[in-house]
Amino acid sequence: MRVTRLLSLPIAIGILALATAGPAFAGGKSSPKPRTTIGTAGTSFLTATTVKPGQSARLSASTGDYLYWSFAAAAGQTDRIAVTVGLPTDSNRLGTATWNIDVFDGLRRRQACTAGPQTVTAQSGAAKVELQCTLRRIRSWAEPWSSDPLPGTYYVRLSAVDLPEQGLGLPMDVRLRLSAKHGNAEPQGAHLKAPLSPAVNPGATLAPDAAPSVEPSAVSSAPKPLQRAESWFSWPSTRWWWTIGGGVLAAVAGVAGYSLTRHPHRWFS
Amino acid sequence: MLAALAMFGALPARAATAEATKAEATEPPKVELVLDVSGSMRARDIDGRSRISVAQQSFDEVVDALPGETQLGIRVLGSRYRFPGSPKTVGCRDTEQISPVAQVNKVEAKAAIATLRPTGWTPIGLALRAAAKDLGTGETTRRIVLITDGEDTCAPPDPCDVARELAAQGTHLVIDTLGLTLDDKVRRQLTCIADATGGTYTAVQHQQQLTSRLNQLVHRAGSTYQRTPQQVTGGAQCTNAPVLSPGVYTDRERFGEHRYYRVPVTPGQELRASVSVALDRRLNPDYGVLLRATSQDGQELVRGTDAGSGRTDVLSTGLRWSAQGPDGSPEPSASASAGTTGSASGTVCLIVSNSFAAPPGVRTTPGMPLELTVDVVPSSPAPNGPDLGRGWLLLVVLAVSGLVAGLIVGWLARWRIAIWKEN
Repeated sequence: MRVTRLLSLPIAIGILALATAGPAFAGGKSSPKPRTTIGTAGTSFLTATTVKPGQSARLSASTGDYLYWSFAAAAGQTDRIAVTVGLPTDSNRLGTATWNIDVFDGLRRRQACTAGPQTVTAQSGAAKVELQCTLRRIRSWAEPWSSDPLPGTYYVRLSAVDLPEQGLGLPMDVRLRLSAKHGNAEPQGAHLKAPLSPAVNPGATLAPDAAPSVEPSAVSSAPKPLQRAESWFSWPSTRWWWTIGGGVLAAVAGVAGYSLTRHPHRWFS
Repeated sequence: MLAALAMFGALPARAATAEATKAEATEPPKVELVLDVSGSMRARDIDGRSRISVAQQSFDEVVDALPGETQLGIRVLGSRYRFPGSPKTVGCRDTEQISPVAQVNKVEAKAAIATLRPTGWTPIGLALRAAAKDLGTGETTRRIVLITDGEDTCAPPDPCDVARELAAQGTHLVIDTLGLTLDDKVRRQLTCIADATGGTYTAVQHQQQLTSRLNQLVHRAGSTYQRTPQQVTGGAQCTNAPVLSPGVYTDRERFGEHRYYRVPVTPGQELRASVSVALDRRLNPDYGVLLRATSQDGQELVRGTDAGSGRTDVLSTGLRWSAQGPDGSPEPSASASAGTTGSASGTVCLIVSNSFAAPPGVRTTPGMPLELTVDVVPSSPAPNGPDLGRGWLLLVVLAVSGLVAGLIVGWLARWRIAIWKEN
């Protein structure tokens, strides 16, 4: 009895280790493998389908449709979007068409792609089009006047920006893949009090002489004291390691310098 | 880790809003299928079968696969009077609802579909008006799916104008169109209807394609956001503009028009606004949209702008602004921001303008649909410089200063011992 119990413990640990290691191995380096595939896409900013990094979306649509997806991005993240459009088999009818992916932030401001191709022109007879867009690394804070990418919601729109009229409404197959790489968020120690996630509920007009609302909508996202302390210490920051290392080095150098003056013969003899 | 923290901060916020939307929505999704049963539906050109039998089979399959909560109605047009053969006056009023917008009784709906025989005229405009009436008003998006094989034989009213007029009425209505033919005129008409309401157009060539597309559109009605934006009418000046609280609004704007809105922003708060203008008609190829935030005395605070050319559905831009003190940091005291906002009331004016233009012959009224999102959140102060250092230079500086300090202490100690020994 005791023997089996003793034996079963390492086996259980081994199984546990394997179970936890499994997804990590399957995941590869940059992002985990897509666990699920989503079969929908929205048709406007408000109806955009949410996709998580590592997930993919696949659906059939009509040429000329505007398809929207949204995803949440955190500070320090660099997102990469890849879209494959399977063109209609009747592609002679489609003719030469230009496909484009646009990326917008939570305030519906256009975001630049650092690597593409964001726009591709498919010649008549082409079977598929591959589009890509790598976004800028999300910053942790930016001045209100800048249009730097900030943590929050991002929107992806796939559209045909140039399409002959007889090419409208033909069946196509769309596949979107989203992946994210994590890095250091700049500027360090800064954070946005409320992520750039837009309001989605209908608003209400106020009386013209209404007092400005004291209670902001996202007041819950204001930092708690604990969060504030975390931002001061922001422990995993590499600056801590450099500074601690420097301090140790300085101490060693100080002791070495001291012993050099007291016992020079040990050094120069 | 920081990134992960921020991520968890971002996600629950969205999830919470989605949950709130779900909890507050009481109305089920509503869709009406509008089927053309005009004489031309007899043509046998889809997979060797007649258009009407293909449509009937697809309808049956859609009714079978209907999500539980969706309310589906079916309306037909051109089912009673012969074309040609009956007078236009009666033929063009020929539209009837064969299944009301409600939880579908599958047996009854299928029986009604099975009895349809292609006969009459094609009064699309009239059928769309009737379908919009069937769906009624409410706070969710209404969807009409129009399936036809021919252009309207009863214009006026032109179905495209009817669609734009319905879209401008205030209920959020989307018309998706499916053409059972590849004819140029039909496609032009159906794309015009779809564009006017933010819907889609599909050219159907196979029965399977029709079924899957219909299913997709009916399911889309269920996944569409539950609550439609609040209707608002922007003012012509800042002084009489409507005052908005955080949320989503919809309005209409004509070419070259300026619409004003006001948002109260107290010091220590950040204003976030975005605007989308939908291109719902044929327009000149180059266009732009401008969103400006000004103080009440007309001082510009910040602007968001976007321009483009070519085919697109909406053109959008956004802006952020927070009341900042003279020293550059947001100061939560009223006196600090009074200088920048210009007035003590802390109200910001939002001005939406556009540079769209249309070729001659395109109607300019009603204006183009405009969607405005307003949010007021706590402003984020500028970060301080880093308290710690990094890099090889830092290590060298620390090591050298440590060494120098050690040497000095050591020499001092030797010198003191020497003096002490002498004494």
